Amino acid sequence: MSATASYKQGSAAGRWFREHLVLILGIAVLIYTFVPIFVVVLMSFNDPSSRLIYRFDGFTLHNWLNPCEPEGMCGSLWTSIRIGFLATLGSTILGTLMAFALVRHQFAGRSAMNLLIFLPMASPEIVMGSSLLALFVAAGVGGQLGFWTILIAHIMFCLSFVVVTVRARLAGLDDNLEQAAMDLYATPRQTFWRITFPLVFPGILGAALLSFSLSFDDFIVTNLNAGNTTTFPMYVWGVSQRGVPMQVNVVGTVMFLISVVIVVGGEVTSRRRAAKLT
Amino acid sequence: MSQVVEQEPTATDSEGYDGLRLRQVTKSFGSFHAVSSLDLDVPRGSFIALLGPSGCGKTTTLRMVAGLETPTSGSITLAGQDITYAKPYQRPVNTVFQSYALFPHLDIFENVAFGLRRRKRKDVDTAVREMLDLVELDSQARKKPAQLSGGQQQRVALARALINKPEVLLLDEPLGALDLKLRRSMQLEIKRIQTEVGLTFVHVTHDQEEAMTMADTVAVMNAGVIEQMGAPADLYENPQSTFVANFLGQSNLIEGTIQSRAADVVTVDMHGIGVSIPTERCHADGDKGWVGIRPEKVLIGEPGEALDAPGNTIPGGVVTDVSFVGVSTQYLVRMPWGQELGVFEQNTGRRRMFATGEQVELSWRPEYAFLLDFSQDASAGAQKADAE
Repeated sequence: MSATASYKQGSAAGRWFREHLVLILGIAVLIYTFVPIFVVVLMSFNDPSSRLIYRFDGFTLHNWLNPCEPEGMCGSLWTSIRIGFLATLGSTILGTLMAFALVRHQFAGRSAMNLLIFLPMASPEIVMGSSLLALFVAAGVGGQLGFWTILIAHIMFCLSFVVVTVRARLAGLDDNLEQAAMDLYATPRQTFWRITFPLVFPGILGAALLSFSLSFDDFIVTNLNAGNTTTFPMYVWGVSQRGVPMQVNVVGTVMFLISVVIVVGGEVTSRRRAAKLT
Repeated sequence: MSQVVEQEPTATDSEGYDGLRLRQVTKSFGSFHAVSSLDLDVPRGSFIALLGPSGCGKTTTLRMVAGLETPTSGSITLAGQDITYAKPYQRPVNTVFQSYALFPHLDIFENVAFGLRRRKRKDVDTAVREMLDLVELDSQARKKPAQLSGGQQQRVALARALINKPEVLLLDEPLGALDLKLRRSMQLEIKRIQTEVGLTFVHVTHDQEEAMTMADTVAVMNAGVIEQMGAPADLYENPQSTFVANFLGQSNLIEGTIQSRAADVVTVDMHGIGVSIPTERCHADGDKGWVGIRPEKVLIGEPGEALDAPGNTIPGGVVTDVSFVGVSTQYLVRMPWGQELGVFEQNTGRRRMFATGEQVELSWRPEYAFLLDFSQDASAGAQKADAE
């Protein structure tokens, strides 16, 4: 009797566990991913007793009210934002043009090009960074490493991601749409701006956002080609050896909030669009 | 090779012709000739169907008229203007695409208005409203294409092309994606609109019923050439090649030897039975030919039974297969020379059904038979079941 009862009990608990396994694992993964972010947000309100001990000592708004207090931090942040913006612009324009060429035109070496475009994504950053440095030195600009060499490096590694993203969007586009536009008296230019571009635009926008975060985030390639210029990740790396100022957490929190706003905003728009469709 | 008899190619008077005219149009992709030396006249205001199996060149022909393909050689004129090399956006021709190709990011109103806006027309609003009214979609103007059903999208595609009042409207299998019932009603709908607006329609299809239902002229295409062109009834009743005989409906083709050719009748010996065929239905050179007869024209009866078909009675048949289809009964009858002939008998209820294995006699009126050239393949065009 008791054996049966305990068997039933075990089975009920087991069944509950089996049914909720995916949920439990999901929550565990979410906690695992969000704990570091939570720590960053928490530490942005920290009033530290010592620069050397990374510990929550007391609540303050000081860091938020004086974000540029640590020397050089806001300068490096501004450098990163400028580089990120220009790298996004450059790689998105070049990459979009390349994606159009690869999808729409037959030319010698097209399939080789399709393969080569994947290489920067697959190769380790340290390899890319050091070979770029060797290239800059060989080209005689080894003495002028800085803003522009970082920008060139960032455009280079963002390019592949833009090409791949835009190409996927473009390949999914029905050729008949452009033919239909031409059939309806649209010149090639009108066809591009009224049909092709609006339909490919979500892919281009996605590629641009991806480029900015790749550029803003990059440390290894940047560090090798930066000369005396300091980007935000390089600043954080530098100060972490002497104790990280709490304002770094403010910047981290703001970046996180911006990403959340973009993602939520995108989701809301697409849901609203989907709701309108039904 | 091209068996166009309806019109003689006369390149000189193309300037005075107000319809669509193709002369010696060829399109090659590498060594493959999709269209070979095609001649075609489409009079203004007519509704013509290009009918053929997939790969016969009908869509390529249409795309050359639209300007989406450039002919390898030959010329295309429209209302006297040479448009062979004109860009698609420069010719007064609009297309209804097989996939509709509606612009997904524009609403129905803007899809329909697209052509007018590109040409900076005035009164776009009124014109679009009228057109949406014609295709009965005025209530859907502000919806996106993805919100409409297949049949509604099809009507938008039609409206978007029609609103430009093109010299020629091209329809590329526009009903292929619809289910059978909707297809039938859209066929009548398009026919009604064509009559109402009076524009020239060129319709490409592989569906022989669709072609015959909608068009006043059907051009049967095969391997890049027009095999035969004419009114649906003429094509069906008097096919000039085995391909047309088999592709348009079904035909029994029986080997025969030509005995004599008189002014009005050709006498053929068909496995020992003499049959006579009117001269205007005889399309065979040489001394042999295929005697063709449609299954529904063949009468079936017991041996010795008097059938309403003086002259040609063929004894010695055995029923090998019976399918009751409701409106008719379809028999397969094995003849003494080993060939199986198809016979469709209308289900009038006045005659009994024959059973498998029964001895029967076949008969038909001589004026229903036709004679085709023996050099042609008797099974050409017969695999239409795959094309459906």
